[in-house]
Amino acid sequence: MKKNSKIFRQNLITYGMVIAAFIVVQILQSTGHLSSLFTGLLVPICVYVILAVSLNLVVGISGELSLGHAGFMCVGAFAGAFFTKCTQDTITMVPLRFALAVLIGAIAAAIFGILIGIPVLRLKGDYLAIVTLAFGEIIKNILNVFYIGRDSNGFHMSMKDQFSLGMEADGKMLLGGPQGITGIPKNSSFLAGIILILITLFIVLNLINSRDGRAIMAIRDNRIAATSIGINITKYKLMAFTISAALAGMAGTLYSHNLATLQASKFNFNTSILALVFVVLGGIGNIRGSIIAAVVLTALPEMLRGLSNLRMLIYAIVLIAMMLFNWAPAAIDWRSRLKERLKHSRANGKEAA
Amino acid sequence: MRNWKKVIGVAAAAAMTVSMLPMSVFADDAATFKIGGIGPVTGPAAAYGSAVMNAAQIAVDEINEAGGVNGAMLEFNPQDDEHDAEKSVNAYNTLKDWGATMILGSVTSAPCIAVEAEAANDNMFLLTPSGSAVDCITAGDNAFRVCFSDPSQGTASAQYIGENGLATKVAAIYDSSDVYSSGIYATFKAEAENQPFEIVAEEAFTADSKTDFTVQLQKAKDAGAELVYLPFYYNEASLVFTQAAAMDFSPLWFGVDGMDGILSVEGFDTSLAEGVMLLTPFAADAQDDLTVNFVAKYQELYNEVPNQFAADAYDGIYIIKAALEQCGATPDMDASTLCDAMKTAMTEITVDGLTGAGMTWTADGEPSKAPKAVVIENGAYKAM
Repeated sequence: MKKNSKIFRQNLITYGMVIAAFIVVQILQSTGHLSSLFTGLLVPICVYVILAVSLNLVVGISGELSLGHAGFMCVGAFAGAFFTKCTQDTITMVPLRFALAVLIGAIAAAIFGILIGIPVLRLKGDYLAIVTLAFGEIIKNILNVFYIGRDSNGFHMSMKDQFSLGMEADGKMLLGGPQGITGIPKNSSFLAGIILILITLFIVLNLINSRDGRAIMAIRDNRIAATSIGINITKYKLMAFTISAALAGMAGTLYSHNLATLQASKFNFNTSILALVFVVLGGIGNIRGSIIAAVVLTALPEMLRGLSNLRMLIYAIVLIAMMLFNWAPAAIDWRSRLKERLKHSRANGKEAA
Repeated sequence: MRNWKKVIGVAAAAAMTVSMLPMSVFADDAATFKIGGIGPVTGPAAAYGSAVMNAAQIAVDEINEAGGVNGAMLEFNPQDDEHDAEKSVNAYNTLKDWGATMILGSVTSAPCIAVEAEAANDNMFLLTPSGSAVDCITAGDNAFRVCFSDPSQGTASAQYIGENGLATKVAAIYDSSDVYSSGIYATFKAEAENQPFEIVAEEAFTADSKTDFTVQLQKAKDAGAELVYLPFYYNEASLVFTQAAAMDFSPLWFGVDGMDGILSVEGFDTSLAEGVMLLTPFAADAQDDLTVNFVAKYQELYNEVPNQFAADAYDGIYIIKAALEQCGATPDMDASTLCDAMKTAMTEITVDGLTGAGMTWTADGEPSKAPKAVVIENGAYKAM
């Protein structure tokens, strides 16, 4: 019972942190203290927070190194944006349409998660990492060859180029191969981002502290022991993988409705690695850490704009420094010594008083 | 374990607070026209963005030396977007905080579409030097461009080949993963149906496989192509020429403005590019005073031959100057008022620049200028 309340308190802090951030930003925005740059960064930060938390579910909780997370984000981004483009004239209620788009993005990514998860999760460790990497690239490349247009006769699809669609003169391109989707209405907002973060946290934190979550962690910690007590390895691994994919899809939809243009080339290997960096820096398996890392690392390169050409170099150096500070054994020792000393001095202070 | 989290938390909070302060600390002694530049200065497309920023700075310095515009100086602030739509919007927002009232950018097409959506929303004047996709300037009436749009290049190439009877069997190789390349090719193909030649082979490559073109070249060769159309950038084109020479395939080559720069590729045997034809608005070795002066200045400052991106940007700044003078703008106008004045002024001005004489604009933002075809002879461009 005591342990439960402790977990509950920890989770409450995480939710509270997100809500507090929202309130602070709202106050600053309404009093005009928020720069345009930061206002523009709010939605991308939400996107990367969701991405980091969802990847942490696979990497931290399920213990599988996935390098193809951007692929799921890509599926969600395209599915959501495609839906919005198709229904732009029929569903005029923006919040409803956007909610449906997010749902569709999440479902599409979940389907891909299952399809990819079935063959991939037979592997372990490095092998799994390489295969997820390959799948991420495949998703990107598949989306690059699809051309979909719509005219008065309905939908046309081709995998060659936009001319083989044979559309009427009133035809409109919906998905233009490497050109992707353009003219997506800007429906994402900070409020929507925060709501999606809270949904993500609710799903992930509850999963971790549930029976299923403990089964997933048992597989991570000792696969043989988990099998011996009758845990269905494939089922639980697939569950974590699919939920993670669905959440990444949600992040993707949020992303695609923030910019007028969407290209599959954005969701390359680099984006997957970026998500992994958030997770590793924030602490593998540490959800709150992922959130903070995603916020800091998304904002950091923009904060360094003043340094112009040295910006990316400084960003890299800061990244190395932060990794060392957080995770180098010597740094961890130093921090725990510091903590001890602080505790002592506090205790001494109390005694003295 | 708890403590470092606090440290990071505090650091994050501090970073956020600092970042949220409006950037009003920039002192403005005398009012200036603030022009923001957006383009990739780092990353895979850095060559294009750097060229734009360098050339724009040259133009701004020239104008300021000559006394500025309407009595006020110009100020140019280049921001990096890493050729990424999301970063480009961040750069745009940074420039807004800086107080920019006009935008020169974005340099590349996809980021430009994203920035234009934001700029149209704010009614901010935007002039893209080189964003050639159609959608770059369609979100609002606030956007104009210096370069040709992709469709107009594709159509112009097909017409040029057809009208001059260059070939009857044409093969095309294009980058299907690139908006620029596939955009040009799409309209080339559409126009080819009206022209007296036939496309016998169309071969695509992607950004992931742009080092080996032997398969595509072999197919073009087997199909008996007399001319090969290459709507992509010069880096890949230099490989195409080298590999074609190795397999004894020597058709006529026809490129677009991205081919400009082929003669300055390091380690490339320029004799392989002999006879290559290309449509380009700018040739660095043209002999008119404007070009000679610009190229000399650029070489002196940056130690390289400027490409067409640089020329587009240089013209871009002078176009902004012409429009500012036309509408009699003053630096104290806010972005939206200035934009409304500039919209009208843009359709009234005629600019002679590096990339064309007598350039004019329509209200939809497209420039009207004649494409120039050049052929490479003895390692230099020659007008056709």
